[in-house]
Amino acid sequence: MSAAARVWLGSIGRRLTVLLAVIAALLALLSWWMVTSFAREAAERTQDNVLIASATTIAEALWSEQDAIRLELPYSAFAMLDAIGEDRVFYRVATADETLTGYADLLPPSLPAAPGDVAVATLTYRGDAVRLVTVQRTVLAGQRPVTVMVSVAQTRSGVGAISAGLSRTAALLSFGFFLLAVGLGAVATRSSLRPLNSFAGAVARRGPSDLRPLRREVPDELSPLLAALNRLMDRLGQSIRRSEEFIAEAAHRIRTPLASVRAQAELALHTVEKDGEKQMLRRVIRAVDESSRSAGQLLDHATVSFRADALARDPIDLADLAGRVTASLQPTAEMKDIALNLDADGPARISGDAVLLESAFRNVLDNAIKYSPEDTAITVALDGENGHWRLSVRDQGRGFADEPLPELKERFRRGRNVAQVVGSGLGLTIAEDALEAHGGHLDLTAPKDGPGACVTLVLPAS
Amino acid sequence: MRHPRTSRLLSTLAGLIIGLAASASGAFEIEDHRLYPGTGETVIRVISTADLAVFEPFLQTFQEEQPEIGVDYTVVSSVDLHAAIQEGASFDLAISSAMDLQFQIANDGGARAYRSQATDALPAWARWRDQVFAFTAEPAVAVISRARFDGLPRPRTRQELIALLRERPEIFAEAVGTYDIRVSGLGYLFATQEARNSDIYWRLSELMGRLGTRLYCCSAQMIDDVATGDLAIAYNVLGSYAAERIARDDRLEILELEDYETVMLRTALIPATATEADGAALLLDRLLLEGLRQTEASWALPPVSAADDPGATAYGPIRLGPALLVYLDPLNRESFLGAWSDALVQ
Repeated sequence: MSAAARVWLGSIGRRLTVLLAVIAALLALLSWWMVTSFAREAAERTQDNVLIASATTIAEALWSEQDAIRLELPYSAFAMLDAIGEDRVFYRVATADETLTGYADLLPPSLPAAPGDVAVATLTYRGDAVRLVTVQRTVLAGQRPVTVMVSVAQTRSGVGAISAGLSRTAALLSFGFFLLAVGLGAVATRSSLRPLNSFAGAVARRGPSDLRPLRREVPDELSPLLAALNRLMDRLGQSIRRSEEFIAEAAHRIRTPLASVRAQAELALHTVEKDGEKQMLRRVIRAVDESSRSAGQLLDHATVSFRADALARDPIDLADLAGRVTASLQPTAEMKDIALNLDADGPARISGDAVLLESAFRNVLDNAIKYSPEDTAITVALDGENGHWRLSVRDQGRGFADEPLPELKERFRRGRNVAQVVGSGLGLTIAEDALEAHGGHLDLTAPKDGPGACVTLVLPAS
Repeated sequence: MRHPRTSRLLSTLAGLIIGLAASASGAFEIEDHRLYPGTGETVIRVISTADLAVFEPFLQTFQEEQPEIGVDYTVVSSVDLHAAIQEGASFDLAISSAMDLQFQIANDGGARAYRSQATDALPAWARWRDQVFAFTAEPAVAVISRARFDGLPRPRTRQELIALLRERPEIFAEAVGTYDIRVSGLGYLFATQEARNSDIYWRLSELMGRLGTRLYCCSAQMIDDVATGDLAIAYNVLGSYAAERIARDDRLEILELEDYETVMLRTALIPATATEADGAALLLDRLLLEGLRQTEASWALPPVSAADDPGATAYGPIRLGPALLVYLDPLNRESFLGAWSDALVQ
């Protein structure tokens, strides 16, 4: 398809409009041609009839006086020919042997077969095309029947003028109908495509994780598409759910044995005495901890995905939540001599799913502790602005490397400067997903006054 | 067409004469002729039935506006004019009062089509195929001698005229004049159209025949004889000529007959044989301008607007159309002249 053809035929609406316009143009041309030929035909027949009437009137005026055939041309015979238009008129009244009167050289190419018949012909006479009508009548001259031919001919400019006038009118009307048809065609096209456009709009307006079936009234032609789309979304949803269930199940099954491995390793740590062996066991315990933490995050992630589909709307005090989570992570922080400063005065009311939000905040705070060097401070602050609550976690760690911050929130994506720190890359993804489900988002910023990173949970206040 | 052999012979003859003498005077009798030379070389040859006395003021106006164009003006009878053009004599403009003969010339292909602002301005009934153009509308009237009608009532209809003629044969015997329609094309046109309109025409004709009516070729002579008192009444005289004479001769009076009126259109056409068609078109346009003027004054020939639209009234001007051919048919002419002779030439 050429570029121009694509512009015109690439859209159903334009394609329909163009096709309808072409059809309308063809029909308009056809109707104009038909009216024109009918008009010509009608004008010609009218002329024929007037000529026949004229010739018949003349034939009826023939009479005989003794042996001679006499004729007085009736005035009306020629007066009626004026009706067609300003046309030249010729006539001839003749027997088989001689011309009685009229134009002697006006010879009909054919004669009527029988009395009462009419011979009609078109020929060129004195430089013009003429229509010639011949009738015949038998007059009794003395005792002898004589056949007299009466021919009347007329030029055809009147016929041409009448049919040209009608043809012009027909052309104007046809063009008008064409324009009307194009306009109506465009309206009809737009109206026919409206359900399709609104259907497409409804699909486009869907959120990225909204896999509910579409419930709409659609025209019959679109219902197979709607059904197919709904089946596709249903299968997709099931498949996503299955994989999340599988991950959750897998994480859960890994965590339990890991806990038992850790307990055994702890016991072993107390029983061995060589420093080398103690070091080895501590590494085992740390690896198990990280694995357990990753499995926990996978579980959290699956939980977020699952719970976000049917989000609970419980009243929550964000200050209270921050306090609880901070308290629960206090031991972990203490292991690295990190001071957790909580600056959150309640109540900060929001509505949502407490489990999800706890999980989000815990992941953010856990991250901060993990990436902070020993003997530093982490500040948790809560403040509100513009109908939103901002719960920020600021550390004094290595901060973010020089890279686009939004990408850090992608699944399994880790910063470039995280060497030697074990992590899954799921923490920020979980937080972001949980916040988005609540209509909020996660802000990653680098503070201008000093080292470290600042991660803020932004949530709409209720 | 009526006499093909003679026609061909005459046209050959006419062509020869024209070719040799550069003048078209062979096939017809010239009543009057005058050359109005122009400053340039162009000379338009006009053949006309209108008397020089009537037409000269117009020609002078034309030459004041177009001094470089000369006009060669030939006056002939309408029958001769028709015969000359049909036989191929070369003229640039043919002006005739016999509209039936003019129509026949155009119908038989002897006229050129011409269109201009002036021809388009004419009412549709005053032109035919852009070939024949009317520039006057002139009624046929009866002119009476005031002296001979002294003390007599003025008849207002033809019925009253018949009664008067019948009652006073001592006044009207040998003192009624009309066209000899055997020689006058215009007289024939008036007679046939009047006979078609009303049977009074035949009653009047029979009465005129009994009174010993005198027959004339032309309106001017009839008016002359009415003026001198030789005629008491001239019937079917060209109204324009009569009006022009009455304006300077108080011995004459036009009889206002109210029952009906036969109105003729004086027409002009450019013959197919014209050699100065451009000059003829200039003269024709000027003539039509005269024919389209809104006042009757300023020229003896009344404008086209003097007539009513033929569609609007019962007795409009004679219609320019194929019906005019009817009385030109030789059989019809023969039969009409027969009846007319029976009535008038007893």
